[in-house]
Amino acid sequence: MKLATLFLFSTIRLATPLLLAALGGLYSERAGVINIALEGLMLAGAFTAAVVTHAAHSPWAGLLAGIAAGIAIALVHALAAIRFKANQVVSGTAINLLFAGLPPLLSGALFRSAGATPQIPRGELLPLAPIVIAFLLVPLTWYVLYRTPFGLRLRAVGENPEAADTAGIAVARMRYVAVGLSGALAAVGGAYLSIGQSSLFTRNMTAGRGFIALAALIFGKWRPVETMLACLLFGFAEALSIQMQGVARLPVQFIQIIPYVLTIVVLAGFIGHSRAPSALGVPYQEKR
Amino acid sequence: MSDNEGPAAAPPPPPSSPPPPPRSRLAGGWRAVASPLAAVLAAFVVGGIVVVAIGDDPIETYKLLLGSALSWPDGIGYTLFYATPLIFTGLAVAVAFRCGLFNIGAEGQLYIAAFATAWTGITFAGLSPWLLAPLACLAAVGSGAAWGALPGVLKARFGAHEVITTIMLNFVAVAMASYLTQYHFRKEGDPILETVPIGAGAHVARLGHFLPGFPERIPLNLSFFAALAACVLVYAFLWRTRWGYEIRATGESPLAAQYGGISTGRQIVLAMAVSGGLAGMVAINEVMGYRYRYYDGFSTGYGFTGIAVALLGRNHPVGVVLSALLFGVLLRGGLFVEIFTEHVSKDLVLVLEAVIILFVAAEALFRGGGLGLPRGQKARPGTPGTTL
Repeated sequence: MKLATLFLFSTIRLATPLLLAALGGLYSERAGVINIALEGLMLAGAFTAAVVTHAAHSPWAGLLAGIAAGIAIALVHALAAIRFKANQVVSGTAINLLFAGLPPLLSGALFRSAGATPQIPRGELLPLAPIVIAFLLVPLTWYVLYRTPFGLRLRAVGENPEAADTAGIAVARMRYVAVGLSGALAAVGGAYLSIGQSSLFTRNMTAGRGFIALAALIFGKWRPVETMLACLLFGFAEALSIQMQGVARLPVQFIQIIPYVLTIVVLAGFIGHSRAPSALGVPYQEKR
Repeated sequence: MSDNEGPAAAPPPPPSSPPPPPRSRLAGGWRAVASPLAAVLAAFVVGGIVVVAIGDDPIETYKLLLGSALSWPDGIGYTLFYATPLIFTGLAVAVAFRCGLFNIGAEGQLYIAAFATAWTGITFAGLSPWLLAPLACLAAVGSGAAWGALPGVLKARFGAHEVITTIMLNFVAVAMASYLTQYHFRKEGDPILETVPIGAGAHVARLGHFLPGFPERIPLNLSFFAALAACVLVYAFLWRTRWGYEIRATGESPLAAQYGGISTGRQIVLAMAVSGGLAGMVAINEVMGYRYRYYDGFSTGYGFTGIAVALLGRNHPVGVVLSALLFGVLLRGGLFVEIFTEHVSKDLVLVLEAVIILFVAAEALFRGGGLGLPRGQKARPGTPGTTL
């Protein structure tokens, strides 16, 4: 079936940015730092990647710049959350707001546009690499998390920082690394939107995907494989709503809300229970 | 609402949240003002750097921003008009904060309320204004409260964290209102996604209607006074009633509150309902006082700006009014900055807002020694130590 293949590919393509951001969120949250800034981090990656690709005529340079921006911004969140013990939801909200505003402000000045970057020629767009990377990252993340000392420390820091500290793990450093990783991955997800799926950055182009990624992370119970399945499900919902636009009688709004409703249902424990890492959101003061 | 009584109503703490170390009340009051002021100043400095970076003059930009926002009558009229919804959402977020809850769902609550208000105004358009206007207001508050209570119940009954459920419910609310508008209440052939107009009986009068010399084209309406009244009521509710006391006790220390015989679950639902009802009052300004219909995508993030307003206002009604006025100035001035500067767009306002939140959140920056570590693990009052 040709249509089925197309639909499958469309699902995978749409799930990719979600998966990258959700895996990013997974590192941060398993280490105990809430990351509702995924939306802002994706926007930071998407915008930086588009601008640098436009300037350097290389999507790889764009991707790297996007990653660098993602890490830098994530570290601002980490600094606020870890060093200054800021409320992590608040600082995440601030970053989301910042990247609702900063990209259009800068592109208005750089390109005299109302928030968009110039069109990038087709030949200078990212190939399908991010899709491959995203799905390879799932087993890799599983392996890192459950089979390496780094993963054990990461989880320890997120579940019981006191014990981790006593065992000689540098809690703050682990958390910085984890939040930095989340910035890098969310930025790749954003870059894939602007210089992969599309060919320019537009104002608020993530359109809530950072929050859907967060939903997928919770729906996937903070575990890599389950999170991937959730992303595929939400990607499928999006593919379906695009396919049905103007065709079916069922309003698209009903399909659009599926990820959100499912997350609430799972979080409330109606279908299985999703348990957050114990120390998620709790600042920790190292005892030294 | 009864006055303080019974053992649960111990002497209420002073209205401005006292900082953890014991200090004189005056010093506490000064500190309550100093760090928000520092955050605003810091944000303007960061914003100025951004303005320089994109090639404009920051002093001129800020002059333009303030000048256009404070001119009479247009500047002040619009500034107060923009501040009105922010007072409502700021109060909404603040009430939830006081109960230790983070209501990121004000945006969804005000969307549901706006649609419900428009629906009431359309369906009962024939009623006399004496009935229709109160009914529409009731729809605004009631529907917002119901939509707000939902995450409260999900938390109290099922342990689902309100940060996530309110974010998710925002999307659900916007989609639902948009679906109803698109498929059931749209004027035929209208290219814009909006409902048919509400009955004239549900209109809230604009200030120009009473105030000589104040042009009626400025949409500032009586809702502004409703917002101020809401501040007084919220203050009285939180600090002068038993329910308010129990909400604050739940926010300060849920375990101690439970031990003291307070049903924290009920307080959580109550606080979220009050919070949602306040957010819903935005509809009185937007639907009944301004557009006279539900308009898809009408909110420019009032619910999210409400978070900044509450944080900057230290979750106190007086602080909320002051910071809502500041953000009103920014919203109004931002439009002029966009038109009259070479490069800067109104998105500068979002950047300022974000930096203010960031600095308020990382308050330790401004505490003694700058980089000094905060004392102890105790969460600051009014800002819950959010754990998922």
